[in-house]
Amino acid sequence: MTGQLQIDRLSLVFRTRHGAVRALEDVSLSIERGEILGVVGESGSGKSVLAYAVIGLQDPAAEVLGGRILFGGLDMLAASEQARADVRGRELAMIFQSPRTALNPIRKVGRQIEDILRQHANVSSGELRRHAINALARVRIPDPERRYHAYPFELSGGMCQRVMIAMALACSPFLLIADEPTTGLDVTTQAVIMDLIRDLSRSARMSTLLITHDLGLAGEYCDRIAVMHAGHVVEVASVEKLLDHPAHPYTQQLLGATPTPQSTIEGLTAIPGQLPDLRHDLPACRFSARCARRVAACEERPLPWVSIGPDHLVRCQVPL
Amino acid sequence: MKPPLLEARGLSKHYPVGNRRRRAMLHAVDEVDLVIGRGECVGLVGESGCGKSTLVRLLARLIDPTAGTIVLDGADTTAVSQSRFVGMPDRARIQVVFQDPTESLNPAFRVFKAIADPLLQLLGLRDRPKLAARVHRAADLVGLPRELLTRYPHQLSGGQRARVGIARAIAVEPSLLILDEPTSALDVSVQAVILHLLADLRAALGMSYLFVSHDLNVVRLLCSRIVVMYLGRVVETAPTDVLFTAPRHPYTQALISAIPDPARRGEQRPRLDGSPRSPVDPDPKTCRFHGRCPIGTDRCTGAMPALRPFGEAHFTACHFA
Repeated sequence: MTGQLQIDRLSLVFRTRHGAVRALEDVSLSIERGEILGVVGESGSGKSVLAYAVIGLQDPAAEVLGGRILFGGLDMLAASEQARADVRGRELAMIFQSPRTALNPIRKVGRQIEDILRQHANVSSGELRRHAINALARVRIPDPERRYHAYPFELSGGMCQRVMIAMALACSPFLLIADEPTTGLDVTTQAVIMDLIRDLSRSARMSTLLITHDLGLAGEYCDRIAVMHAGHVVEVASVEKLLDHPAHPYTQQLLGATPTPQSTIEGLTAIPGQLPDLRHDLPACRFSARCARRVAACEERPLPWVSIGPDHLVRCQVPL
Repeated sequence: MKPPLLEARGLSKHYPVGNRRRRAMLHAVDEVDLVIGRGECVGLVGESGCGKSTLVRLLARLIDPTAGTIVLDGADTTAVSQSRFVGMPDRARIQVVFQDPTESLNPAFRVFKAIADPLLQLLGLRDRPKLAARVHRAADLVGLPRELLTRYPHQLSGGQRARVGIARAIAVEPSLLILDEPTSALDVSVQAVILHLLADLRAALGMSYLFVSHDLNVVRLLCSRIVVMYLGRVVETAPTDVLFTAPRHPYTQALISAIPDPARRGEQRPRLDGSPRSPVDPDPKTCRFHGRCPIGTDRCTGAMPALRPFGEAHFTACHFA
């Protein structure tokens, strides 16, 4: 069965003056309808590159070496720019980190939502305003008629993020990509925004790709989690399995380094070493240099996908 | 009994805002009482804009308070102005590790100079071999390899820069180290290393910490007591385990229930919605949390709740706690 979004063996490099940066290698993921999939990793792991590749907004220096991105039957990489532009904003929407910089600072937020509707939805110009106010009301912005006239600087960070979500959801997309939607927001605001994203996803049967560095956040809101390390997806599993029975050594160490409401300073463990330089020749398993379980087989290519159980995949020769 | 290391009483900082026609005061910090014991690690939490960073600047004597006193080791530091305090020996006793190590290091200073600068400026250490010995000792304490001392900040990783920021602060052997979101710019793997380093340093050097963070999971790990601020005022202070298991202020309760926790997945938890009141010319009789508070009544607009004791070292400023 094919999901809403299917990423097949995607490899992507950035051509730079200092050599090719192998940002994604052999990345495969799929999202079912109505599912929330978390992509978790440290900075530099390639999670944002993946999100931008899916929506087709990657940097000009990016070059796709291989693989496919299928979105509801459309091959996003082979499709024309026009075909992709038709999908973007309507069937595929994205919300960005730091909402205040992602919004147009000199345009009223209501107008910005109208721009999206005018571009992508079949709404008559007389109806635009009513639809925009409805979109604001849907993300539980109090007093939407008044907020329609607000400029981004007049709104708090949490309010701006709600406007972003309202814009993204204005055309009822099938897939929402949320790139660190609550980074920089207060923990109380984060909880409200994440509840909102979860409730809207559930009620509209929308799929959500949640990019985050916070394993705790992904653990509370996602159905499944994919862990990324240095451009590889190293493990994909349901939240329960991934948190309770991690199979990849990196996942286990990431869990050990993440403070939770239950952890102690003695129990908190650091991950030795650092991310490899993606410009250099890399071993088959990009974690092997940091891994205590390394064996000779770790050098063998290709790096296998090992199935641990139903819907639990790990890229490791010696999984836990 | 020896007095506590630092004792702030009625500390306030108001900033003038508005224009010529309408003058107003922004109450960034209002009547804050804070005690930090010797060797104690106190956590300071609250949302952005609640006055955490202003309080840090006041306590470190980087700005002058509008009202209130800060007593360090029995001596009132607020008796002299901030500009005079800079030249006093007590200056070296309070040091700050700033939020973003990339932003807070001088890009034109090599690591050696960054760590040596406070030793020169505050202790007047001109003797080159002695200075080098102190810089090396500070670098060793934070686990910074000596070969990195000749590098510039841009040549270092985020974790190494964080170590430089800490080394610079502890080089002058302060009694109180104020850590303003020391790990918020770091990945979890590096954060874990820095948190361990901070725990070890405190054990080795016997410093007191004021640990400012928005991440309650991180504050919990190091601090024995936590102070919660809301819109410039302290609303609750309690020993860490008490604060997490039996918070009494409705804001603290909301803060703790908002921590993402996979163990409580799918639970519908009460959420704190709405935005805070304006800190400009706030009504002195109205609780700052009123309007967002789930249990607020008319009583909350009639009298500002004061901090009241609830058990040992536990104080809450709420009429209904």
